[in-house]
Amino acid sequence: MMAKRLGRKRHVVRKIKGILLYCLCLIGIMISLVSLIILLYDAFTDGLPWLDFQFLTSFPSRFPEQAGILAALFGSIWVVSLVAIISFPLGVGAALYLEEYAPQNWLTSFIQLNIANLAGVPSIVYGILGLGLFVEALALGRSILAGALTMTLLILPVIIIASREAIRSVPQAYRAGAYALGATRWQVTRRIVLPQALPGMLTGAILALSRAIGETAPMIAIAALVYIRFVPTGPLDRFTVMPIQIFNWVNLPQHEFRGLAAAGIMVLLAILLGMNSIAIFIRNRYQKRAK
Amino acid sequence: MVKIDVRDLNVWFGDKHVLKNIDVGLKPNAVTAIMGPSGCGKTTFIRAINRLNELIVGSRTTGEIYIADKNIYAKETDVYDLRRRVGMVFQKPNPFPQSIFDNVAFGPRTHGVGSEENLQKIVEGSLREAALWDEVHDRLKDSALDLSGGQQQRLCIARALAVNPDIILMDEPCSALDPAATAKIEALMRKLTEKYTVIIVTHNLQQAARVADFTAFLYLGRLVEYGDTRSVFENPSSKLTENYITGKFG
Repeated sequence: MMAKRLGRKRHVVRKIKGILLYCLCLIGIMISLVSLIILLYDAFTDGLPWLDFQFLTSFPSRFPEQAGILAALFGSIWVVSLVAIISFPLGVGAALYLEEYAPQNWLTSFIQLNIANLAGVPSIVYGILGLGLFVEALALGRSILAGALTMTLLILPVIIIASREAIRSVPQAYRAGAYALGATRWQVTRRIVLPQALPGMLTGAILALSRAIGETAPMIAIAALVYIRFVPTGPLDRFTVMPIQIFNWVNLPQHEFRGLAAAGIMVLLAILLGMNSIAIFIRNRYQKRAK
Repeated sequence: MVKIDVRDLNVWFGDKHVLKNIDVGLKPNAVTAIMGPSGCGKTTFIRAINRLNELIVGSRTTGEIYIADKNIYAKETDVYDLRRRVGMVFQKPNPFPQSIFDNVAFGPRTHGVGSEENLQKIVEGSLREAALWDEVHDRLKDSALDLSGGQQQRLCIARALAVNPDIILMDEPCSALDPAATAKIEALMRKLTEKYTVIIVTHNLQQAARVADFTAFLYLGRLVEYGDTRSVFENPSSKLTENYITGKFG
């Protein structure tokens, strides 16, 4: 009798705990969702009147109604494309080495620990490093290439960590099966591990690139706050990127430029959404093929 | 005549001495069952025959295993060719997440068979040998993961056969299968002895009695008993074996 009542009481407490946790999680998701909606609403109401064809095809100007984001848009596309080309093979290569090839010793764990640490280094530190190393020491100047290399350093740890996770999620049974057929380590890596891990790697890489396209601090260090009134034609041209342009506009005294900044944010968000959709599309396609 | 001559085999995983001084000669064109309680080293023993233990960090092997008069642990042994000659089927069916065709073609492609025509021939032959051809011949492009568990395991057998081995190791190949699928695999094992030497790990005594010509009993890393299946079951020389067979421990 006693035990039964005790049991029921415990049951009620457990149930309440469950409901509490559910509410907590709900509040968590609501806070992030609501703030995102407010942010979007704010950007849209301010920016929509300014967002037109003229805005997309004009260079920056002192006069708000003539100013546009063209140079920054192309600058961002240039930087992100170069970062993608450089960072993906490097990151995947490093991850494959660490997971499939590296001997398990103190050096490997030291490297792994420091990659995790690098992912947490503030981005301005990378900016200063890029300024000293690429802009000055390697004499690349304030070029797109210098910016892209700096961004590569910044997101490489993230890509490596995501790729390692993807590699680790490939079942050991597949590797054993392939080795048992007499495949070499490289054959196992290329024909079993890589195809299986690729969707995860791509997802990680595109999320990292999304971060790169929104980064401001290191880009200010590399590209500096300047008016660029041309579309870059090569990796050694000077450039500006969208976050810098937005930052610039926000700092100007005239109220109209705030609207331009909001319009810039809308373009930036559109590109981010586009990139993420591409990531999801690629991932789904690969997953279907894998099944 | 002996196909696989194991001499003083010892395997360690770190500090753990898993196999102790194993000496045994396994016969060709027969099914040999390795049985014993969990953790006695059965799987480690067959993985020593294709040197798959080496994939485990911290493993160490001493002793010799002779296949066709060559010590597979000698320095000059090509381990990739060894694994081609000694096929393996795992406890849980592990087809690659690819098409049925690509699964069987994986091994031949790995070893340099490039022409589509040859691959087709090998794939068909291997699937026929594994008694799977009739069930899958019209859907070779489908994913191997859509097959049933028993079919997947026969696919894994076909995959192993495709690289033209002469020894097939099977690590509890039926433990994840239902009785009907098990019966098919067991019938297949008997048929495979026409061309191959089959070593099977099992802790299912009835299975050993049904399919094995020879039976070895491992206990705590030592080879306790080895002989033809009938005498091991009916007239074991060791008290340990007798206790195991009569179910006094398991």
